[in-house]
Amino acid sequence: MRITEHPILSFKGKKPVVFFYNGQQLVGKEGDTIASALHAAGVKMLSESIHLKRPRGFYCAIGNCASCNMVVNGEPNVRTCITPLEANMDVRMQEGKGRV
Amino acid sequence: MNEAPFVIIGAGPAGLSAAEILLKSGAHVVLIDRSDRLGGQLTKQTHMFFGSEKQHASKRGIDILKLMVDALSGYDNLTVHKETTVVGMYKDKTLACLKGETYFKVHAQAIIVATGASEKALPFENNDLPGVYAAGAVQTLMNVYGVKPGNKVLMVGSGNIGLIVSYQLMQAGIEVVKLVEAADSISGYLVHASKIRRYGVPIEMNKSVKRAIGKTAVEAVELWELDEHWQGIPGTEEMIECDTICLAVGLAPLTELMQQIGVEITFIGELGGNVPRINPRFETSVPGVYACGDVAGIEEASSAMIAGKIAATHALLNAGIEVDKAESSLASWRQELQGLRNGPHGEKVRKGLEKLGVLS
Repeated sequence: MRITEHPILSFKGKKPVVFFYNGQQLVGKEGDTIASALHAAGVKMLSESIHLKRPRGFYCAIGNCASCNMVVNGEPNVRTCITPLEANMDVRMQEGKGRV
Repeated sequence: MNEAPFVIIGAGPAGLSAAEILLKSGAHVVLIDRSDRLGGQLTKQTHMFFGSEKQHASKRGIDILKLMVDALSGYDNLTVHKETTVVGMYKDKTLACLKGETYFKVHAQAIIVATGASEKALPFENNDLPGVYAAGAVQTLMNVYGVKPGNKVLMVGSGNIGLIVSYQLMQAGIEVVKLVEAADSISGYLVHASKIRRYGVPIEMNKSVKRAIGKTAVEAVELWELDEHWQGIPGTEEMIECDTICLAVGLAPLTELMQQIGVEITFIGELGGNVPRINPRFETSVPGVYACGDVAGIEEASSAMIAGKIAATHALLNAGIEVDKAESSLASWRQELQGLRNGPHGEKVRKGLEKLGVLS
């Protein structure tokens, strides 16, 4: 869900950026973070709690709360809310604390 | 002369204004921020600022940010590290930084901590469901990235963040179903509250969230009325369909780094919780370590800008560096700060600063 019309801001003209979420191809936009691109594509659940496996999503957007930690290009615990999206990134849900 | 740089942690309004003062003096400045862009919370503030013209009142936050960043251009004594997190702080003023997969160290002669604050959460059943977001985070999602948080939003909290983000949600074409406030009166500026009332958003007092409902994301929310002790009253429950719950329930200063080197921290509720014990020069209990902006007590961007200038000036003076017209500048900045804290909306901050012993 992208904002199409806005009285102050313009989000037009941003180039598409192809990436992968759990192996599935998605398209974000130039300037996105990983989390904003996923949210725009309708993916709200970004991680699960370590013990009870409860769904977790975006929360603070400043890289502070760890609710959006995911595995990116094989690296776990990437704070997706402050990590810029790059073409062909492989983004995956993280299991537990993640494995290095 | 000490050749080590002045290091600023956090490139929000406080950090950016501190940087400008330091750069003007010719000192080597290292500015570090964990985000990929400078400006901190200014990056998403599409509303016009109030306050004094000296802090750019009647300009939008995003435009103020451009001015502040432009003011840093052309200085070859500035090093900026974006997407860099300071993960360790040592007593000899060495900072351990993480940029991508690379660790590096910076040794500072003085540190200005301008790390800001994080948004508080609220305890209720299922408050960890996706769709329960901090209001400021929603503002970032919308105004920086152009992404809608959802289609139907419940706003919790009537401070300025709750009120302003409600309006900005509507500007983005999103429905704000209702705004609830646990206290018995609106805590933000009435002008913001009136605006969203005019657009038809009900604002209801003495009400909060009992629980969020949904499987993998918010589908509805159950509200209830609160008694005078802020306890839910059984039998007053009300179900509302929504896909997003925005929490605008205050901010907490990000003091963790300072705690690593034993900066004295004290709890002052009026300033947002744990704050460093600073003196009127914004210096913490560890000499050469300064704190300004929201990390030294929750206020607003305008006061953070002034605090940054004062802290930076004292950091220079204490390091034995001459600052042009230091005394008159400091006096007028203190006066501006006092002006911003005047009036009924500054009461909480004044009370907090009084407890801290730095009310000017």
